Amino acid sequence: MIQLPCPWCGPRNASEFTHHGEVTPRPDVGTATPEEWRRYLYFRQNANGWVDENWYHTAGCRRFIRVRRHTTSNETEATR
Amino acid sequence: MSRHAGGKRLGPQQGEVIDRRTSFEFSWNGKPVNAHPGDSIVSALAAEGERVFSRSFKYHRPRGLLTASFHDPGCMVQVGDEPNVRGAHRLAEPGMAVSSQNTWPSLKFDVKAINRFAGRFLTAGFYYKTFMKPEFLWPTYQNVLRQFVHAGEISPDTPHDYYDKRYAHPDVLIAGGGPAGMSAALAAARAGASVMLVEEEHQLGGHLRWSNPGAAAELTAEVAATEGIEVLTNSVVAGRYDQNWIAVAQRDLSHARERLIKARARTLVVAGGLIERPYVFAGNDTPGVMLSTAVQRLINLHAVKPGERAVVLTANESGDAAVADLERAGVEVAYVADARKGEDVVRVHGRKSVRSVELANGRRINADLFVTATGWTAPTSLLNMAGDRPVYSPTAARFLPGGNGDDSVLATGGIAGDGTLDQLCEHAEAIGTEAARRAAGHRYHQLAAVPTRYGGKLSKPRGTAATLPELGVHEHPELFRASTHGIVDYSEDVSSKDLHFAVKEGYDSAELAKRFTTATMGPLQGKLETINAIATIAEATGKTIAETGTTTWRPMYTPVSLGALAGRIFEPVRHSPMQRWHEQHNATPLVAGQWIRPDHYGEPSAEVRNVRENVGIIDVTPIGKLDLRGPDVPKLLNLLYVNKWSKLGIGKVRYGVMCAEDGVVMDDGVTGRLGEDHYLMSTTSSGAARVWEWVENWLQTEHPDWQVHVTPVTTAYASINVAGPKSRELVSRLTEGVDLSAEGFGYMQVRTGRVAGVDDCVLWRIGFTGELSYELHVPASYGLHVWEALLEHGKDLGVRPFGVEGQRILRLEKGHLIVGQDTDGLTKAWSAGIDWAIKLDKDDFVGKPELVWQQENGDGARLVGIQPTDGNVVPPEASQILTKSGAIAGRITSSRMSPTLGRSICLGQVDAELAKPGTLLTVHLPTGAKVAARVTEHHAHVDPEGSRQNIDTPPAKPRPHATPVARGPVAAGRKTTTIASWQVDARRSSAGLRIADHTLLAKVGVRGRHDGAIAEALGTGHGRTIRDNGSAVVVGSGPGEWLVLGSPGGQDKLLSRMRDLVENTGEFGTVIDQTHGRALLKLSGNHAKDLLAKVCGVDLSDAATPDGAALRTSVARLVTDVIRLDDNGVPTYLLHCERSSGQYLFDALLDAGAEFGIEIDGCPTAPTL
Ligand SMILES: [Zn+2]
Repeated sequence: MIQLPCPWCGPRNASEFTHHGEVTPRPDVGTATPEEWRRYLYFRQNANGWVDENWYHTAGCRRFIRVRRHTTSNETEATR
Repeated sequence: MSRHAGGKRLGPQQGEVIDRRTSFEFSWNGKPVNAHPGDSIVSALAAEGERVFSRSFKYHRPRGLLTASFHDPGCMVQVGDEPNVRGAHRLAEPGMAVSSQNTWPSLKFDVKAINRFAGRFLTAGFYYKTFMKPEFLWPTYQNVLRQFVHAGEISPDTPHDYYDKRYAHPDVLIAGGGPAGMSAALAAARAGASVMLVEEEHQLGGHLRWSNPGAAAELTAEVAATEGIEVLTNSVVAGRYDQNWIAVAQRDLSHARERLIKARARTLVVAGGLIERPYVFAGNDTPGVMLSTAVQRLINLHAVKPGERAVVLTANESGDAAVADLERAGVEVAYVADARKGEDVVRVHGRKSVRSVELANGRRINADLFVTATGWTAPTSLLNMAGDRPVYSPTAARFLPGGNGDDSVLATGGIAGDGTLDQLCEHAEAIGTEAARRAAGHRYHQLAAVPTRYGGKLSKPRGTAATLPELGVHEHPELFRASTHGIVDYSEDVSSKDLHFAVKEGYDSAELAKRFTTATMGPLQGKLETINAIATIAEATGKTIAETGTTTWRPMYTPVSLGALAGRIFEPVRHSPMQRWHEQHNATPLVAGQWIRPDHYGEPSAEVRNVRENVGIIDVTPIGKLDLRGPDVPKLLNLLYVNKWSKLGIGKVRYGVMCAEDGVVMDDGVTGRLGEDHYLMSTTSSGAARVWEWVENWLQTEHPDWQVHVTPVTTAYASINVAGPKSRELVSRLTEGVDLSAEGFGYMQVRTGRVAGVDDCVLWRIGFTGELSYELHVPASYGLHVWEALLEHGKDLGVRPFGVEGQRILRLEKGHLIVGQDTDGLTKAWSAGIDWAIKLDKDDFVGKPELVWQQENGDGARLVGIQPTDGNVVPPEASQILTKSGAIAGRITSSRMSPTLGRSICLGQVDAELAKPGTLLTVHLPTGAKVAARVTEHHAHVDPEGSRQNIDTPPAKPRPHATPVARGPVAAGRKTTTIASWQVDARRSSAGLRIADHTLLAKVGVRGRHDGAIAEALGTGHGRTIRDNGSAVVVGSGPGEWLVLGSPGGQDKLLSRMRDLVENTGEFGTVIDQTHGRALLKLSGNHAKDLLAKVCGVDLSDAATPDGAALRTSVARLVTDVIRLDDNGVPTYLLHCERSSGQYLFDALLDAGAEFGIEIDGCPTAPTL
C-alpha cells in the first residue's frame, strides 16, 4: 500500500483516504451546454503520467487535499 | 539413546539445537515416536531410522529428506487437521498426530504409485490434453483429478485458529539472520537505527550454525545484547510492496497460529543467503539422496546420522565440509567424486532407498546415502519485488542482483556475492551502516511532516552517501544436469525430460515452459528448481542461461496462510444507547450498514396498528444528524438542496432533497433552524457519512470563504420517534419548557426543551408515519432513561415500541419514498415525485443543469402509488411493470400488505405515459404470473389529506419522573457507582495494562481558523495537547478543530468558558458540547503502545508520537482520535470515537490486549486529567 503525504497529518497509508478523482473544474451553471456539463461529469484525462487529484483524509484530518500523483510510479506531492 | 533398533541419534554435537534432558512422544501414522525439544518432526523421525516421509504429487514416488529445511519438498506432512506442514521445519510437540500425505492406502504401499509405470503417458501437458474432450465427461474428469490433487486434508469442522496482525515501523528491516544479516543489524543499530531482524529458521546464525557453531553463538549473543534490534525467528519476509510496505509472517506464536506484520521499513536489507541447488540425474529423488547442507544440518543441529555408507559428489567447500562431518559422525564415506575434476554421477539405484550409486566412469558403489554439492541459488525474490532484474553470472553459476532496484533496498551476504566470513561480515556492516543512514534521511522527512512531535527544530541527519562496497564472486562449475534425466521440480514432479518435451512442443521460453509443465509453480515456488529449470530450457533451446533469463519471483516468498492474511477481522458495528434494551425485549435484529437495529419485537402489523390507534415509540438513532452553524448556512442549504432555504424561520423545519451533479437523487431529510445561525440537518441513516463528506467537499473545495461549521452529531443524540394519536398526551407528560399545544408547536416545527428531566433535548414535530408525531433527540447518554420513561408513563395510553419493519409499512401507507429503495442510481429528481420541491428559479444548486434539461425533455420514469386490483396480492419488490405489448415499463419499488387498509399497497417507477392516476398496469411477478394494478391518485394510500397528523388534542401536565441517569457506551460490570449523574463501572484493576471507559469526562468541541486568534487563545494546534490554566485539557484534534476535556459534569461551565474565549477573539468559531457524542476510553500501561500497534497503522514511536501527541487515524478500522497523555511516566492513551462505536472499540482493544494480560478498569472515583 502506498502512503499519501497529507500536508496536515504527514505521510499516511492510502487506505485512510477517499479518492475523489481528478480535479475537474465546475462549469458555470448558468451558461454550460449539455456537452460541457457532461464533460465535467464524465470525462477524465486518465493520463499515463502526472495527474492532479482530490483526496479526502477520511480517517485523519478530514481535509480535502490536492495530490499530484504519477499514475505509473505512484510518486506523489500534495498541497493543502 | 533411542529405544528403536534403527536409532540414528548421535552423541552430543557442538551446535545441536535439541535438549537431551527431556523427551516426549508424538505419533507418526499412528505409531509412537520419541523426540527431544528442538527436534523438527522429520529430524525426530530420521533419528528413529525413518527415511520415507511422503509420496510425490504426480507419480507417487516415495520421497525422503532432501534439504532438511523449511523448503524440503518431500517432508510436507499432515499434523492433526492441518495439511502441508513443513515437517523438516515445524518443531515436534508432545502428542502431535502426524501423518504422511499423498499416500493411499498407506505410505509403504501406495496404489497411485502405479503412475510410476504409467510415467511415459503422464508427460507434460498430459492433463491438458487428455481431459479436454468430450466436454460432457468434464464432471467425471473432475472426480478423477480430485483423487490426484496435492497434499493433505482439511475437515470442514476444524475450529478457527486465532490469527493475529501487527504494524511496525522499523528504520531498517533485515531479511535473513545469518552472519551477514546479523552483522548488518549490529551496524545499523550502532548507527542509531531501530532494526527488525527476521529469520526464517528457529535460530539466528544461518549456515554458521553447522559450519562454525562458535561464531554463530558469538554473533547471536552480540545481537541479543545490542539495544534497538527486534529479533523475529521462525518468521519470514513474505513480500515487499511499494514504498517498502513489507509483509512479515510470524509463525507458531504462543497466542496465535500465525501473525502478519505489516511493516513500513525505511530501508530493507536483503540478506537471505543462498539456497543449495539439487542436481538433476536419474533417481535424484530417491530417499537417501541429500544435499550437502542437509547432511550438515542433520548431523550438527539434530545429531542425526544421515546414513551408514555414503558417496559424495562435491563441487564446492560445502560438499567438502559434508564429507568431514560424515566421517566425524561415523558414516563410512565410500567415495568422494570431485566435480571440480570432472567427475560425475549417472544414476542412483534403489526404489524406497538408495542402494548404490553409478558414476560416470561406470563404477557402481554400494551406499545408502548419496550427497550432492553442485551449486547455489540466490533467492533474489525480495529484490525482484523492488524492481531489480537479476543477472546470470557464468563464473559463479548463479544469478546475482542486477543492482538496479529501489534505493530503499540493499543486499548483502551470499545473495550479493562470495567471500570469507570476515569479508561477508565486513560487507554487511557497510550495508547496515548505509541502510541506517538512508533510514535517518527518510525519518527526518517523515518527522518534519508530522504535527504530533514536540516543537523545536529537527536536526538534519549528518553523513554522506557511502560508496557501497562490492563482494566478489568465486568460481563455481556450472553443474545442473548429469547425462541422464531426473526430477527438476520435486513438488510438481516435473523432470528435465518434461521440459525438453515442452520446448519441442513449442513452449520455448522460460515463462511458457514453466506454465505448460507447471515447473516452479508448486509449493516451493522455484526456490530449489528455478535455476535447473532454466538451465534445462536453455539446453533444449540451444540458448545460454543469460539469454533464457529467469522467471519472475512474485509475492509471497513462501506460503502464508489465508488466516494470517486476514489477520483479525475488524468489522466496526454501531449501537444506539437503547440497544441492550432492544436485545432484552426480544427484538429481531436488523443489520443496516454498521448499525444493528430492531426490525420488530414480534408482530410488525400489530406494531403498525398500535401506532395508528394509540402511540408507538421507535429508536431512530441512526438517522444522520449534522449540526450546521454560521451566517452562511442558508447559502449552503440552497446549494445542496433542490428547494429554497433563504426564508426558513427560527423554530421551523423543512423537508429537502439533495441531488448529485448528474441530477440523480442522493439523499433526503429535514432540516430545522434552531437559532439565528444554527441549524440541524437530518439525513438518511445510510447516507449520513456520505452526506457529511459531500458537504465538506462543497465547503472546502468550492466555497472555502463561506462561514459554516459542520459537526456530525448523529450519535450525540439518541433519537426516538413518538408516533400516534396519543403521542401529544405522552410527550407532554414528560416535557417541560415547551408549549406542545397544536397551535403552540405546529407541524414542521422544532423546539428545544427538557424531556424526562434531561436538558437540551431537540423536539421535531414531523411525520414519516402520517400520524401526529414527535421526534425526540435526547443527549445520547440519557437515551435509555428517556426511552424507559416514555414506556413507563405511557402504559395507560397503550404505548409499545415498534421496529424498522413497522416503520416501513407506516411510511408506505403514507407514501413517503425511501432514497435508494424507491429511487436508484438513475433516478433524477423529476422522477422521484417531488416536483413541488424543485426550484429551478434558484441561480445555482447542485445538479441544476441536469434538472433543467430533464424538465425540458420530460424524460425519465415517474414514481407513483400503485394498488393491485386484487388486494390480497403483494407483488414482490422489483416485480416488473409491463406495457400492453409486454415491454418493460417500470417496476415495483416498495410493496407491503397494509394492516390499516387490509390490502396490498405499492410504490413503483413507471414510464411517464403510464403515470396518470387510474392507469391500468400489468405487473409481472417473479412466478411468471401477471396481475393487474392501478396507479393511485396520490403516493399516500392512507390519509392523503394529511389530517391525522394535525389532530388537535390538548397537552397534558408534566408529571414527576425518575431522576435522569447517564450511561456510557460500554456495558458496565455488576458493581456500579454514580458520579455526576453518570452510572459507571466500579471495578478497580491494578493490572499492568488496563482499559477504562471515561466517557463521563466533559467534552467540548471548538472550531475556528487553524492559524487564527482562536488557535492562539487555546494555546495549541493540530497534533498537540496542552493543559490549560482552567484545569482542562485542550486537544488539537484537527486543523482548526479542538476537543477540550474537563471533569465529569463540568460540560456546562466548560462550554460557557469556551464560548467566551471564542467570542473574545471576534473570530468566527463554533463551540459544541460533545460529552454525549463521543466515547472516550483510557488505555494505560507499559504495553499500551504494543497493543495499539496491533490495531493502528500509524508510527507510535516516541519520536513521531510522543507524550502530548494528538492524531486521528484508523484504529481497528474505526476512525478514532488517539491522544497520548502519559500518567506519571506510564504510557497512557485516550481514545475517542463516535459514541455508537464505543463498545466495539472497547471490545477490539480487549481482544488485541489479551496477549499482554489487559484488564478492565472501572471508574470508582471521578477520573482526573
Ligand atoms: Zn490529514
